[in-house]
Amino acid sequence: MYLVETGSEHKAGFIRKYVFSTDHKIVGLQYFFTAFAMAIFGGLLSILMRLQLGWPSRMWPMLETIFPVGMAGGVMSPEFYLALQTMHGTIMAIFVLTALFTGAFGNYLIPLQIGARDMAFPLLNMLSYWVYLLSCIVLVLAFFVEGGAPISGWTAYAPLSAIPESGPGQAMGQNLWLVAIALFTVSSMMGVLNYITTIVQARTKGMTMSRVPLNIWGMLSASIISIMVFPVLLGAGVLLLADRIGGTSFFVPAGLVMGDKLIPHSGGHPLLWQHLFWFFGHPEVYIVIVPAMGIAAEIIATFIRKPVFGYRIMAGCWIAVVALSMVVWGHHMFVSGMNPFLGGFFALATLLITVPSAILVLCWVVSLYGARIQFTTPMLFALGFVSIFVTGGLGGFFLGSAWTDIQLHDTYFVVGHFHLTMAMSPLFAAFAGVYYWFPRISGRMMNERLGRVHFWISIAGAYAIFLTMHVMGVGGMLRHSYDTTQYDFLKHLQPLNVFVSFAAFALAASQLIFILNFLVSLFRGPRAEANPWKANTLEWAAPAPIPHGNWGAVTPEVHRWPYDYMVPDGGEDFLPQNAPAAVLENKRF
Amino acid sequence: MLAAFLVLLVVFSAGLFLQRQWWLPSLASVHGVDIDRVFLATLVITGVLFIGLQLLLAYFSVRYREQQGRPAQCWVRPGLEKRFAVIAAVIIFGVDIAIFAMGESEWFKAWGAAPPGAEIIEVTGEQFMWHFRYPGQDKSFGRTEPRLVSATNPLGLDPQDPAGKDDVLSTNLLHLVVDKPVRLQLRAKDVIHSFFLPNLRVKQDVVPGMRIEVWFQPAKAGVYEIACAQLCGLGHYRMRAFLTVQPQAEFEKWLTELREGGD
Ligand code: HEM
Ligand SMILES: [Cu+2]
Ligand SMILES: [Cu+2]
Repeated sequence: MYLVETGSEHKAGFIRKYVFSTDHKIVGLQYFFTAFAMAIFGGLLSILMRLQLGWPSRMWPMLETIFPVGMAGGVMSPEFYLALQTMHGTIMAIFVLTALFTGAFGNYLIPLQIGARDMAFPLLNMLSYWVYLLSCIVLVLAFFVEGGAPISGWTAYAPLSAIPESGPGQAMGQNLWLVAIALFTVSSMMGVLNYITTIVQARTKGMTMSRVPLNIWGMLSASIISIMVFPVLLGAGVLLLADRIGGTSFFVPAGLVMGDKLIPHSGGHPLLWQHLFWFFGHPEVYIVIVPAMGIAAEIIATFIRKPVFGYRIMAGCWIAVVALSMVVWGHHMFVSGMNPFLGGFFALATLLITVPSAILVLCWVVSLYGARIQFTTPMLFALGFVSIFVTGGLGGFFLGSAWTDIQLHDTYFVVGHFHLTMAMSPLFAAFAGVYYWFPRISGRMMNERLGRVHFWISIAGAYAIFLTMHVMGVGGMLRHSYDTTQYDFLKHLQPLNVFVSFAAFALAASQLIFILNFLVSLFRGPRAEANPWKANTLEWAAPAPIPHGNWGAVTPEVHRWPYDYMVPDGGEDFLPQNAPAAVLENKRF
Repeated sequence: MLAAFLVLLVVFSAGLFLQRQWWLPSLASVHGVDIDRVFLATLVITGVLFIGLQLLLAYFSVRYREQQGRPAQCWVRPGLEKRFAVIAAVIIFGVDIAIFAMGESEWFKAWGAAPPGAEIIEVTGEQFMWHFRYPGQDKSFGRTEPRLVSATNPLGLDPQDPAGKDDVLSTNLLHLVVDKPVRLQLRAKDVIHSFFLPNLRVKQDVVPGMRIEVWFQPAKAGVYEIACAQLCGLGHYRMRAFLTVQPQAEFEKWLTELREGGD
């Protein structure tokens, strides 16, 4: 192994060990806690939005003290609503979920699960985290500058995003947003380069690609997508910034008039931004969901206590998703003014991507057949992930077909759909992952009963909110809207808005149970055994606590794939990947 | 417990989608019938898949939960996984093609040429209102120039152009003739908006720098709302206008009054 020089012997001070650490485990935890803090922040923004949507223009005098400008007089201003929504979307989709999966779980688990001592480029890895932190700070700063945060949504469609005169928040706020996105992109590139290289180069002896855990396949696939599409976002962001402050016109056509003022740009095209953005934006949902699938698959595979069904098929499906994810972006643009012929093509490509996605789902469901399912908290969340992903995915049939998308585009049907698929199901996988790997990280168990309560409230809340949004969308409920009671045809849907708001408050409040469980268990939880779930993957074979460099003198040697459960005779029903080969001969079934 | 929840979920969602109180806005266009039909067909297909998969998940989680004395069974035989993948792929692909064929045949038809004799109206979106321009007797629009735009001349109509003399401009009020096809030419002055007629199943983004044409045929007289569906700034939520679909005679009367009032 070529990473031994970062061995555990050398004495490092506190700062080098826990702050500016190059240890992938510390970097992973830093990613986790930062993303988690951002998730709480982004979640609170959505609560404020739900307040306005449930009770439009109502007075909340108490909130005026917290937001003297955005809620002057106790009533939310439209630009503040849009700023909340833009920041909520940007934070959640990019700064939370991307960072949480490849950043936190990827960092912590990749080297451990493949038997490496660290990432291939530890210093780059550390840098990746610090640039990420910086990008978060720059993004949040946008709330505090003149005009406030941008109002153009997380998709930042030009020319709204290109011309400062187009609205409040579109001056300095939008600039900061773009800088934050650019920084995030750079950070992400440093990260995923590392993950790919590590998976390809640093696997331990015997760990062939057909023996790596499913989670590794998920991380690898997501990293490949990232490395293909994040540079495009970076490029697009730089061009947009140039339009804004450099006087160029990539995205702004001639002859715009804003407030009777002629805008001096000419020669650009607004749809160019959409193509570039969605070339990143659609694969982004796979950057989030594929590792989430990997984590869920890993956990399901452990708790069915039998060999998982379709290991190779799953890996193949993820590779297919990687390829297809880059040719479907146009389904966000069916009614954008793009050539309708292209719309037909993108509809076909989009429907095709349901093939690998559905096969993945079927693999998990079929895996349960004949199993001995242990309903631990992580397993509950993993199965919840499957249920939610199925429901959310089916909504995609309506939106992926150009013809039905005409009516549903830009309604709450879309909001419900993408929250189920790319917000709720990844979150469920992330929770599953936390409950599952918590003992490995902290040496203690989380409380199962609280975990179950957390699960039941969360899944009921997720469905109550986002399934209802589908129905609102069918009724025509407009998204991006500060006050939908303005329209007569939407008035009868207002009770649903109130219901969704209450459900959202309940869902948000129930997350306190998780936080409580996490913190108390961290210090007071019962001590965990070395391999509490009786899993086969390598991370459970590392010493506890895991030292810098992960393994003792030699990295473990791998003898088999990770899903040899249900081994006949022998007292145990599992066979770790690194158990000596001799056992293999007589226990192979 | 999980099984019970999933069964409840299926019942609850079936109820949610079968109730009639919250449904597609009442229909008032010809092609909208086809959108609603495909929507319904897709709902049936996805509904069956939804119920089937959730119930299967529920069944498995009861049937195969950990129980004393019942070991897990391994039933996978060589080659089975591959066969399974192929069969699953074929079935899903079939569903995809069915949905694609159903929807996209209509999609391409809708984008085909409008029937001859269709009325032409120009729609211009601006923060935060809609302007509608009727070409008048000469059936052609006068030239517009961005630099001529002012408070009294919102489109920047060129007074030198004779074609513009009889153009009629209406803000936030669009009138159409029932059962008569209409071609809308959509433009934007500032940012992207989206022209949305919920009852007529029409939605098309309005993009600055482009002139996008859509056509459709209103099928039912009445007054409907026009919404902006694309985030266009702080007043996006109130970028509302009204569509009146009426018989030819009433329409003529309205247009004449508007022209005379405008002079
Ligand atoms: C308590 C849970 C949540 C609630 C109640 C909630 C609510 C909302 C609402 C009301 C909107 C505005 C929809 C619109 O007008 O277009 C929205 C937008 C959005 N949300 Fe959430 N959300 C939640 C969690 C999440 C999570 C976990 C994610 C992570 C992916 C997420 C990602 C987004 C995105 C990407 C947008 C789009 C913003 C835009 O269009 O600019 N949300 N959410
Ligand atoms: Cu997409
Ligand atoms: Cu708008």
